[in-house]
Amino acid sequence: MNLADTLQFASGSLRGARTRTLLMMLAMAIGVAAVVILTALGEGARRYVIGQFSSLGSNLVIVFPGRTETAGVSPGMLLGQIPRELILEDAQALARSTAIRRYAPLSIGAAQASNGALNREVVVLGSTASLLAIRHMSMGEGSFLPEGDARIATPVCVLGSKISRELFGAQRVVGSWLRLGDRRCRVVGILAGQGMSMGFNTDEVVIVPIASAHQMFNTRSLLRILIEANSREQIIPARDEAERILTERHGERDVTVVTQDAVLATFDRILSALTLAVGGIASISLAVAGILIMNVMLIAVSQRTQEIGLLKALGAPPAQIRRLFFVEAAMLSLLASVAGWLLGELGSSIIGHLYPTLPVGAPWWAVLAALGTALGTGILFSVMPARRAAQLDPVLALARR
Amino acid sequence: MIRLEHVCRSFNVGDQQVAALRDLNIDIGAGEYVSIMGPSGSGKSTLLNMIGLLDRPTSGTYRLDGVDVTALDEVQQAQVRRDKIGFVFQFFHLVPRLSAAMNIELPLILAGVPPEERKPRVAELLASYGLSNRADHRPEQLSGGQRQRVAIARATIMRPAVLLADEPTGNLDRATGREVMTLLEGLVERGVTLILVTHDHEIGDRAGRSLVMVDGQLESDSKRVAP
Repeated sequence: MNLADTLQFASGSLRGARTRTLLMMLAMAIGVAAVVILTALGEGARRYVIGQFSSLGSNLVIVFPGRTETAGVSPGMLLGQIPRELILEDAQALARSTAIRRYAPLSIGAAQASNGALNREVVVLGSTASLLAIRHMSMGEGSFLPEGDARIATPVCVLGSKISRELFGAQRVVGSWLRLGDRRCRVVGILAGQGMSMGFNTDEVVIVPIASAHQMFNTRSLLRILIEANSREQIIPARDEAERILTERHGERDVTVVTQDAVLATFDRILSALTLAVGGIASISLAVAGILIMNVMLIAVSQRTQEIGLLKALGAPPAQIRRLFFVEAAMLSLLASVAGWLLGELGSSIIGHLYPTLPVGAPWWAVLAALGTALGTGILFSVMPARRAAQLDPVLALARR
Repeated sequence: MIRLEHVCRSFNVGDQQVAALRDLNIDIGAGEYVSIMGPSGSGKSTLLNMIGLLDRPTSGTYRLDGVDVTALDEVQQAQVRRDKIGFVFQFFHLVPRLSAAMNIELPLILAGVPPEERKPRVAELLASYGLSNRADHRPEQLSGGQRQRVAIARATIMRPAVLLADEPTGNLDRATGREVMTLLEGLVERGVTLILVTHDHEIGDRAGRSLVMVDGQLESDSKRVAP
């Protein structure tokens, strides 16, 4: 019996029992579709988070004061000390490094902002002109903080788009004066609306020169120093040099320098593991579908004892009968898994349409794994029915009407 | 051609051994027309299955064309069945989802005969059994007589030397039964060895040789001189 005939015979028996075939295909297709959709969601979440991170800036290295030990508690904390603060001069010292393209010191505080009768509490960020480029922000109107000596407290500020709307409404904003705490500053620009990015809403901040922020909050310490490395390859040298420079200045290693890549990689790992876990759970449904196929094929064997007995009487050796049932199951699982795959892709594209911010899309490895598992279980679980068919006693099979 | 020597076959029913065939010795020559008769449970069908290699004797030997077929393995036996033996059943045993032509083609497909060779052979057989206009009908769309003719066509398409028929008319009315018998006897004239199991004396007596079985043993073996 050649391959074409075997395929034709198997497809004939699949078509012969339409309901059975459709039900089995449905079971398996749902399993495959579940794997595809769930991994697509997991992958979507992963890409979303990575996208959010890269919107914070690229090739980013972040310095913050205090040394984070693996235990999570710095030794100084136990002794009741606070870590030595980072100051503007620390940040400026970083300019010496060749691996560092630009840096932006960052300090943060809250103040009352008012324009005439309108006032509200705002988050005030103190930084330098470089922040715009490092954080990948863009201007809606006007210009960002002026370049120049960071130690000079120029009375200017840049508003987040929501603040600008709330305090000025339809008024002309750029060029107006804003009262911020006990100071006045001229609005030089408005940030383009960006919305939330990693839980930090740039639409609701007021950005002032770092020196102004220090005066306003009567401090000289920095919350962070953001560093942009020259290139992707320079990230690690930039981190090491930043650490070295600051250790030199402080006399001891009392800062923590992290690369965004490291944070990103952690998230990437967590979310990949999550995707894998969800996919794994979904693939249990594939195993269930496989067992279902085995059951239905066993029923098919007992329903078709006559046919099998006949095939034996006509001179089909056991191997041939085994092959027929085997091909039938393989064909069924192939059709079902392809149907499930299409169904899954359809489902994830629907989800993609409903939540456009989520970049849904099943990774190729998940699709391959789902198809492979479906085919594998379908074929594996058809072995037993096929063997049973081949071992059937033709006399008994034909004796029944 | 067919030689059974001291053939016994017993079944285990519960913890009892029931003998279906007891020490049978039968010799059937090529081209013979043999009917096997006897009451229910006398072992007729078991004997037929034995000859058709669907069943193995518990003891004794069975030679087909001088070959001890009881010693063959399952695959070889299947091959012998395919090439030398044709079966006709009381309940036709056609595959319900296949058309008449496909049912007839089945043994050729199983034997791996190439498609271009299969089609003319099937068409030829359909024509000679008067089934040409029924080729694409499924068994459920055929009458009993037509179904049995399809079954006979299927049994003969491999041109077997031996044709085994188990109550071929048992499920047909008298007139149709007679038609089917004429068809089978026509095959005998062409040199096929026909072995027929039947309850019906009228049919059994038409054979050139009648075996009567009782309790798994041969009660009589009567040869008639051809009329």
